[in-house]
Amino acid sequence: MYNTGKIIIGLVIFVGLIGYPIWSSIGTPSPQPELVLTAKAKAAKECIESTEFMKASHMKVVDEWRNKVVREKDRIYTASNGKEYVMSLTNTCLDCHSNKDTFCDRCHNWASVRPYCWDCHNVPKGKENEEHS
Amino acid sequence: MKNTRRDFLKAAGLCSLGLFSKPVKDAFAQDESAYSRRPEALVGKRWGMAVDVKKCAEKVEKDQCKDCIAACHVAHNVPTNIEGPKEEIKWIWRTTYEHAFPGLDAKYTHLEDLPFVVLCNHCDNPPCVRVCPTKATFVAKDGIVMMDFHRCIGCRYCMAACPFGSRSFNFKDPRPFIPEIRTEFPTRMRGVVEKCNFCAERLAEGLLPACVDACKAKALIFGDLADPDSEVRQVIRENYTIRRKVYLGTQPSVFYVI
Repeated sequence: MYNTGKIIIGLVIFVGLIGYPIWSSIGTPSPQPELVLTAKAKAAKECIESTEFMKASHMKVVDEWRNKVVREKDRIYTASNGKEYVMSLTNTCLDCHSNKDTFCDRCHNWASVRPYCWDCHNVPKGKENEEHS
Repeated sequence: MKNTRRDFLKAAGLCSLGLFSKPVKDAFAQDESAYSRRPEALVGKRWGMAVDVKKCAEKVEKDQCKDCIAACHVAHNVPTNIEGPKEEIKWIWRTTYEHAFPGLDAKYTHLEDLPFVVLCNHCDNPPCVRVCPTKATFVAKDGIVMMDFHRCIGCRYCMAACPFGSRSFNFKDPRPFIPEIRTEFPTRMRGVVEKCNFCAERLAEGLLPACVDACKAKALIFGDLADPDSEVRQVIRENYTIRRKVYLGTQPSVFYVI
């Protein structure tokens, strides 16, 4: 191979530049987004299940809900503490979490997930920035 | 005794099944208890409708009534501002006898001029369901031919299969074409097929379909076709009714009193 030294140096520089986003963030976790709870969500203290469970599994809950509502005709979810909820993204979830932009979006953007719920499900008007506290 | 060891292993194998059965049973048991209907939900085995065309015609003649159509389209966020027949979206609409019942000649009879309200027939043997590659459209346990918009991939096989033209396709994002978005009910997105759902969301709340509720002439009668004592069965029993394109064998659930 000709010019081995130059090529290897060039490769090292190239890999270093292209991988910059990875090297620079190793060891320093990017700051987690700060989620805002509305007054109503704060007053309720807990979501339909424990906070840990909701953080980890809300997407599974919502997926299960849509199948139950559309396919099985069930509309009521009985939580593990016995409370009953209507299974509806817009009318139940967004009733408390009426600040989609500072609750749902903030975390989804940070984690780079783009759920397409909102292509069809409505965000109640005028509620998007209401009740920040 | 011969085969003792073999017998022992067989028995042990059977016993080990027991280890797996409990978690499986638990998973199913837990799954079902958490979900239920509202107590006030209307429950039927085979929802259907009868349309009293003469009552409807009287009202239409009097004041160009379109109450059922308007109520349905508002309730379900149907984009009514799309112009032209190619991309229009409709769940319930009005047409003439010759379009609703092709092949059943009615020349020079009173039928020729009657307005016929048409919608998805929620067939017993729906061809749209048979062709759907993703099972996005399916027959629910109460007989309603439902759409699961989450699963629809927009292939439009169902539209080709439906002999009644009951299905519409969203060629573009429908939101800008909805006069006023009703937050409680979702809209659709570009690339899905939509149609009448017999107001499954209202039945779940114990309400009659929006079109039936809106009809001041009481020309739309909704009920359980599987129940011989229901109002809709009584209407069908006591009047002469026809259904659209019965010769195709799809078994429509919408009856027309003529």
